[in-house]
Amino acid sequence: MSASLYTKRRITNVVAMVLSVTATGIGLLFLAWILWETLSQGITALKPQLFTKITAYREEGGLANAMVGSLILNILGILIATPIGVAAGTWLAEYSRRSRLGPTIRFLNDILLSAPSIVLGLFVYTIVVLPSKYLSNGNITFSGIAGGVALALIALPVIVRTTDEMLRLVPGTLREAALSLGVPQWKLTTQILIRAARSGIVTGVLLALARISGETAPLLFTAFGNNFMTFNPLDKMPSLPQVIYEYTKDPSPDINTLAWAGAFVLTMFVLALSLIARLAFRSKVSHD
Amino acid sequence: MHATASNAATPLERSAGTGRAAKDARNDLIFGGVLKACALIVLLSLIGAAGSTLWLGQDAFRTFGWGFLTSAAWDPSNDQYGALVPIMGTVGTAFIALLFAVPISFGIALFLTEIAPQWLRGPVASAIELLAGIPSIIYGMWGLFIFAPFVATHIKPWLMNNFSADPPDGQVSWLVQHVPFIAKFFSSEYPFFGAGVLTAGLVLAVMIIPFISSVMREVFQTVPTRLKESAYALGSSTWEVVWDIVVPYTRTAVIGGVFLGLGRALGETMAVAFVLGNTFKFSLSFLETGSSIASTIANQFGEAQGLQRSALMAIAFLLFVVTFIVLLIARLMLRRLATKEGN
Repeated sequence: MSASLYTKRRITNVVAMVLSVTATGIGLLFLAWILWETLSQGITALKPQLFTKITAYREEGGLANAMVGSLILNILGILIATPIGVAAGTWLAEYSRRSRLGPTIRFLNDILLSAPSIVLGLFVYTIVVLPSKYLSNGNITFSGIAGGVALALIALPVIVRTTDEMLRLVPGTLREAALSLGVPQWKLTTQILIRAARSGIVTGVLLALARISGETAPLLFTAFGNNFMTFNPLDKMPSLPQVIYEYTKDPSPDINTLAWAGAFVLTMFVLALSLIARLAFRSKVSHD
Repeated sequence: MHATASNAATPLERSAGTGRAAKDARNDLIFGGVLKACALIVLLSLIGAAGSTLWLGQDAFRTFGWGFLTSAAWDPSNDQYGALVPIMGTVGTAFIALLFAVPISFGIALFLTEIAPQWLRGPVASAIELLAGIPSIIYGMWGLFIFAPFVATHIKPWLMNNFSADPPDGQVSWLVQHVPFIAKFFSSEYPFFGAGVLTAGLVLAVMIIPFISSVMREVFQTVPTRLKESAYALGSSTWEVVWDIVVPYTRTAVIGGVFLGLGRALGETMAVAFVLGNTFKFSLSFLETGSSIASTIANQFGEAQGLQRSALMAIAFLLFVVTFIVLLIARLMLRRLATKEGN
């Protein structure tokens, strides 16, 4: 009787362990599958023209304007989000101790972190794209600025969170030492604390950049897209994810292959960024 | 002595000192205010997103009333809109995603915390996290070109042969003849077409696995070692330790992680837009095509005008409110873990 119970328990255990290993295998299999397909399907279109020609020439074209557009949109997004995010994160970590607003905002920031990006895109459409008709003779104008604001809204919570966390890792003795020397708090914050947490904050900005470079949905009705090279942020602006979206839906296989090549470039860029961010972060942590 | 020394400072020095202090105090106030204003932007963007979609969606809510939620009509040519089909597509795909992602994530977390040798844990954990880094548009492409055809040739015909009332091989299975309603969930007009609720749900499952498994892994690590060691000392197997000690100890946070995954799955747009089919026909079947709230907005908002735009804003508002509530629950449940960890 007890032997059979023992056997039963052993079998349950072995089955559970095998299932657990299988689950991990499934996860890794999908990662390998997706990465392999992006590489193998896109590699035939990985030619110089991908980086030199624009999308207007379709089959004979490349993705140069989309890459430039993505670059501009991402830079805009990061430029808008970084100062606001670092400031907000600093407030959460350093100034919100005595107020009830602090924990609330920290909590809401975590929710914003996972909020559907398409709804944030609609929000930016409402506050940036729609009002543009008052500035431009009644035409509603999609623009790079609007796309940048949408991406900034997605990058913001990432930066707020990492800044907050990194500042809270800075030892309290550093604050006490500075304050006892009579340093005002704004000077303590800008010149000592932020400097001490700098590498962590940079990690947050890199992670935010990785996050926004793959975003498509909010760009569909803010930056809108464009088949030509444009450097003017007041104009409609193409982006790599959005061109991939268009080209994937295209019936022509050649255009699909271009989309795969774009997907390969984008995936490598995003994965490299997040790897760099993680490695930078890890080396910092091990130092402490 | 000390007091006299400080009193001995010349009036000039004293006024410079207080001037400096006053300036510092003023700067501190301004600096703190600016920081606080930036923090309030987080609050404002959440309120703004809810407010703007509600504001622009009010026409649709007013025109269709409560029927907006229960009507399956989505007909831009007649300006008739009902949110039922997108709501069902959103809920159905998220349900399937959780159905597959939760046990797999649990297995991965178990592997990474209890089974894997130490040297393997880091690399496997990083690899699983890479899944979260892949942009959703890439999941969409892969889903459309690779995974949907795979489902169409390998998974769907088998499911239809066994569970549907009109199987491709012509033989209605025993199960369908004896279990009522089951055929409703597995019917499809196009047996060899891969897009549909099931395919979208599976792609979503892969996308949310890294989120759920990393939360589970983190919370499993918070279980005190002495608790597990005592169970092992009493002769428990690894599985018994996990199921009877680790899971009960971390239950709230595990559920929080699942809700976090659910929140992600509900709002996911691009991947779903590719593999769900974007049709607006009411169907209970997991093998039929459909549409989700997010994919409907992505596909139609660019050209939408008037009442259609308002209807899209209205469903965006619904999506935002629902994901907000789901994420709220997730974060509340995860927060309890943080306090537990602190003790």
